[in-house]
Amino acid sequence: MYPSRFNYESPSTIDEAIALLDAGRGEAKILAGGQSLVPMLKLRFAAPETLVDINNIPGLGYHHFDEGGALHIGALCRHEDIEKSTVIAEGQPTIAAAAPLVADPIVRTRGTFVGSVCHGDPQGDWAACMIALDGFIVAQGPNGRREIPVESFVTGPFQNVLAHNEIAIEAVVPAPRGEARGAYLKLERRVGDFATAAVAVALDMSGDMVLRAGIALTGVGGTTVNAAEAADSLTGSTLDADSVSRAAELAAAAAQPRSDHRGSASYKRHIVNTFTARALSGIASSNERAA
Amino acid sequence: MTIDEIKIGGMGASRRRVEDNRFIRGRGNYVDDVVLPGMLHMEILRSPLAHARIRSIDASKAWEIPGVRLVLTGDMMATRNLAWMPTLSYDTQAVLATDKVRFQGQEVAAVIADDPYIAKDACEAIVVDYEPLPVIVNPMQAMADSAPLIRDDKENQPDNKVFDWEVGDREATERAFAEADVVSKLELHYPRSHPSPLEPCGSIADFDRSTGKLTVYMTTQAPHIIRAAVALVAELPEHMIRIISPDLGGGFGNKVPVYPGYVISILASILTERPVKWIEDKTGNLISTGFGRDVYLQGEMALRKDGRILGVRMHTISDHGAFFSDAQPSKFKIGLMHSAFACYDIPSAHLTATGMYTNKAPGGVAYRCSFRVTEAMFFQERMVQAAADDLGMDQAEFRRVNFVRDDDFPHRTAFGFLTDSGQYGKCLDVGLEAIGYEQFLKDQEEARKKGRLLGIGISTMTEPLGAGNSREYDILGIKMFDSAELRVHMTGKAILRTGAKTQGQGHETTWAQIVAHELGIPADDIVVEEGDTDTAPFGMGTYASRSTPVAGAAVAMVSRKIRAKARKIAAHLLEVSEEDVEWELGRFYVRSQPDRGVTIQDCSMAAYSNVPDGMEPGLENTAYYDPPNLTWPFACYIATVEVDPVTGVWDVLRMVAVDDCGVRINPMIVEGQIMGGLTEAYAMASMQFITFDADGNCVGSNYMDYLLPTAWETPGFELHEVVTPCPHHPIGAKGIGECATVGGPAAFVNAVMDAVKHLGVRNVDMPMLPDRVHQAVTTGSDVSGMPPVRTDAP
Amino acid sequence: MTSLYEEVSVTPVDVPVRRVTITVNGQRRAADIEPRLLLAHLLRQGFGLTGTHTGCDTTNCGACTVLFDGRPVKSCTMLAVQADGHSVETVEGLASASELHPIQEGFKEEHGLQCGYCTPGMMMAAKALLEENPDPSEDEIRWALSGNLCRCTGYQNIVKAVMWAADKMRASAG
Repeated sequence: MYPSRFNYESPSTIDEAIALLDAGRGEAKILAGGQSLVPMLKLRFAAPETLVDINNIPGLGYHHFDEGGALHIGALCRHEDIEKSTVIAEGQPTIAAAAPLVADPIVRTRGTFVGSVCHGDPQGDWAACMIALDGFIVAQGPNGRREIPVESFVTGPFQNVLAHNEIAIEAVVPAPRGEARGAYLKLERRVGDFATAAVAVALDMSGDMVLRAGIALTGVGGTTVNAAEAADSLTGSTLDADSVSRAAELAAAAAQPRSDHRGSASYKRHIVNTFTARALSGIASSNERAA
Repeated sequence: MTIDEIKIGGMGASRRRVEDNRFIRGRGNYVDDVVLPGMLHMEILRSPLAHARIRSIDASKAWEIPGVRLVLTGDMMATRNLAWMPTLSYDTQAVLATDKVRFQGQEVAAVIADDPYIAKDACEAIVVDYEPLPVIVNPMQAMADSAPLIRDDKENQPDNKVFDWEVGDREATERAFAEADVVSKLELHYPRSHPSPLEPCGSIADFDRSTGKLTVYMTTQAPHIIRAAVALVAELPEHMIRIISPDLGGGFGNKVPVYPGYVISILASILTERPVKWIEDKTGNLISTGFGRDVYLQGEMALRKDGRILGVRMHTISDHGAFFSDAQPSKFKIGLMHSAFACYDIPSAHLTATGMYTNKAPGGVAYRCSFRVTEAMFFQERMVQAAADDLGMDQAEFRRVNFVRDDDFPHRTAFGFLTDSGQYGKCLDVGLEAIGYEQFLKDQEEARKKGRLLGIGISTMTEPLGAGNSREYDILGIKMFDSAELRVHMTGKAILRTGAKTQGQGHETTWAQIVAHELGIPADDIVVEEGDTDTAPFGMGTYASRSTPVAGAAVAMVSRKIRAKARKIAAHLLEVSEEDVEWELGRFYVRSQPDRGVTIQDCSMAAYSNVPDGMEPGLENTAYYDPPNLTWPFACYIATVEVDPVTGVWDVLRMVAVDDCGVRINPMIVEGQIMGGLTEAYAMASMQFITFDADGNCVGSNYMDYLLPTAWETPGFELHEVVTPCPHHPIGAKGIGECATVGGPAAFVNAVMDAVKHLGVRNVDMPMLPDRVHQAVTTGSDVSGMPPVRTDAP
Repeated sequence: MTSLYEEVSVTPVDVPVRRVTITVNGQRRAADIEPRLLLAHLLRQGFGLTGTHTGCDTTNCGACTVLFDGRPVKSCTMLAVQADGHSVETVEGLASASELHPIQEGFKEEHGLQCGYCTPGMMMAAKALLEENPDPSEDEIRWALSGNLCRCTGYQNIVKAVMWAADKMRASAG
């Protein structure tokens, strides 16, 4: 497998990268971790005229919580940086839970969080986490920066709303309103497989009370599914058997799975139900233990 | 002084592998590592459609790309009479399509260029105009009266049938069923799988016009068969063909057949007078080369109330894809399928088999098994479990009641095979003891009360390994013997060559151990070479676990020939008559004076410096071994599992393997073979399969969709052994490479079925995806792996 | 002899190349390459380091795993041009002139390989693991190697091989 020809640019500043994208008039593509893009080049599913490699732009590999408690993840922060991060392990449980389940350990050394969200694969794990967390992407273009909620960032399989001359320079998870609780449960047949189905759950809690909830689903629709009704059903309530099963049913109803060699549509819907319930029950029981 | 055989790396030594010295340094020499001066690179354009007429091929844009040297299409192959080639099963297969494409991935054109990137660019520039035709993706569709004729290129082929075949005694079996107290039935699908060695196929053809010699480096498990095939297909003189099979990155049966890519690269080298390298990509390997399985099996068992099996009936429908290219050497159309039930004492049996063409990739059908033995043993052990359940008998006891007894060998099976030896009951006992059978049944009962689903699955089987004997096994008429050539040098060091071809089995290590055992020459003093037809004696290659049973036997026999000559030399050196010379490992001595002796090294020195009058100098010989029978190893595999009733996910708790492969030459290597086989068994049971959509698109064309398990999912294995030496093999060894792949899958499936049978489930087809198991648990009914068929199908 | 051969184009290839300088196994090496060249291909064809194998095309098998600035990457999924100015370590860099790396010894001692095709990638992934975690559990080894496929061994002996190496490395670290 051999990619077709392209021009290769390796800018050292974001402005330079934006200028290159602008000049590319839609035929230039950003190369970050490359763990999705390079295989697509090899399979010749993608054949951009120009690749703009941002790996030599300094200062994009960060992740940190700001003073207000929002989590910022830079465009070159690798999956393994997140997996090994002590601040994320302590402060952002949904993302911490998903990190070891993204691709495989070798891919995680190179692939990036932001790149994965931009890739817009409905089977991608990070988009579900970001939607559950009300996260947004910060895009920078010739006219400056804008914030785009991930919910509306991905418009279809492998499509996003970035203009041809914009770069996603960071992902931001807003500060939780209470205590951040969360889980990511994924059914995969083996390490590195795409999800048969997966569920991201993010709750902001005060004691037993759910102040804010987000639930999003991987691999059960043309894009990542925001199970907003399921999440809303939890807001303002406690996690008990009734609220958990109601949310799980609503999440399953929100899924739009298709039958394929990973499983039937009805099975995937059932897994969404089961995993939503298991995620919420897990949070509830760890609350009880803590109490 | 007596030599310690283990110390010199003889039989029974877990000698560390000599081939590892290069592999761990990255100094293996695989075909893609070979670089020849002036070498060009070839890429193949494959059909995106499963069935279509080719209206036209326009390669003009490809020719215009700088660096392109040659573009080949079917029409150009046809001018050389190379558009089609014979298969190893007496069918024909398209090399490059001329009239139609008959499966997705079929070879349509090839580009030869300065580098592979350019060749790929040029492939993309070729425009093929296809007229789509109705597609057939399973054999039942192929049987329909309205089905389109796939092989309209053949004369006398009125339908899509490849063969009808039967074996056994129909009347006797009918009588057995008439007398039965209980008749147990089972129907299942063994899905299509792919051997998928990590290294794909490839070749470098190098035709030298000045000498007329064609040298081909090739990923082949059987270089001499390839040489014969090239001589026949390309009409080149056989002495002008040299096939070199370098290090192979796994084979598993995938590298036995002759593939179009090899043939095209040969013609390309002849035309360009440059070496031409073709390295297949992973997708090409998965969608076009020899697959395994894809058989529908149904059968029934006639049972007496006391648990004795009276008779077995089986019917199989096999899907051969677009060309019948089984690389199996038996005279039996469905391979050794009728080795089923060989470990059980069954009075009568009958098997009918139908093979069909479909619009899918053609086969090799061997995937780490001896020609359909995998399907046979899987059906056998699934059927046995179903029968035990129907009788309400313990599954271990049912097996024990029906096993062939230790004193009943050689045993003629109901299908006519002659099994050689075994201690079946003992193997089962070792396995049950190791797993803690009685305790597990209690734990299972307790767990079930709490809603947990535990299961235990047993699979016991003997299988025929080591094709062949030459009466019943040949490829293109070539008998299935094998060979070894041993040259002992003056200083007692030696080089051994065989007609087999290692692909990871460790021949370079174990063959030397056999010589060490026979001659007392330290294994480290023997170098082993295979794979070069100019230097190796003629042999049939490595597959069907035949290396040790056949080539290994030849190694022992050639060593004995050397020893016989050395004995004469020893008598000469010791100045006694040959009758007065005794042998112990590594040394001849005078019977009446044990202190007076000469070593094998003394004899080799004398062979070149001091031979008796009238004796030819030298200490070299060749042996060809035609085995009297197949070898019949036995295995007992027991798995325990827990099924999550909510998700259908099942986990292996323990996996115990008891293998009786006769005498073990290198126990470490034998255990490695078993663990590798068990992993492929687990893979097939859990995740690994290739399916097709109704349009014939292959689902499983890369490792994102065709799943091989990683270290994380693969369970741990607990290995045990029983040794029953093979009575007809010179060193008592039997085949082992494929036992676990063959016997393993049923252990996993039986375990999951055991966990859910109380819910009314009798069968879930492989792979037991969580979805399928969940469906079985929630509906209490069987789950078939029958591929989806469009209702408006042709 | 043949009309086919006369059709052959002999136009020289003229495409833009870039000069890259990469530290490979401690040595600085330069190459003029097309940007589309994959790192695995530069190592194999450009530098003759054929121990790095390519097994799949979809970033699954890990046979091409090398260390890139010390971290394991699948070299079939990086462009060679991206390695400009960086360091790459391949299987050929594991052994010193006089002795094998303990991981190499462990693979041989514990029969951690059969056909040898996955072995270089497997060993490089193991090296990265042991540098971070000198005393891994069986589960930690299985997890760390789960981006590398082996078709022959069933992994159990690979796990043992890495344990063997870890023991030896800890012992010699004293």
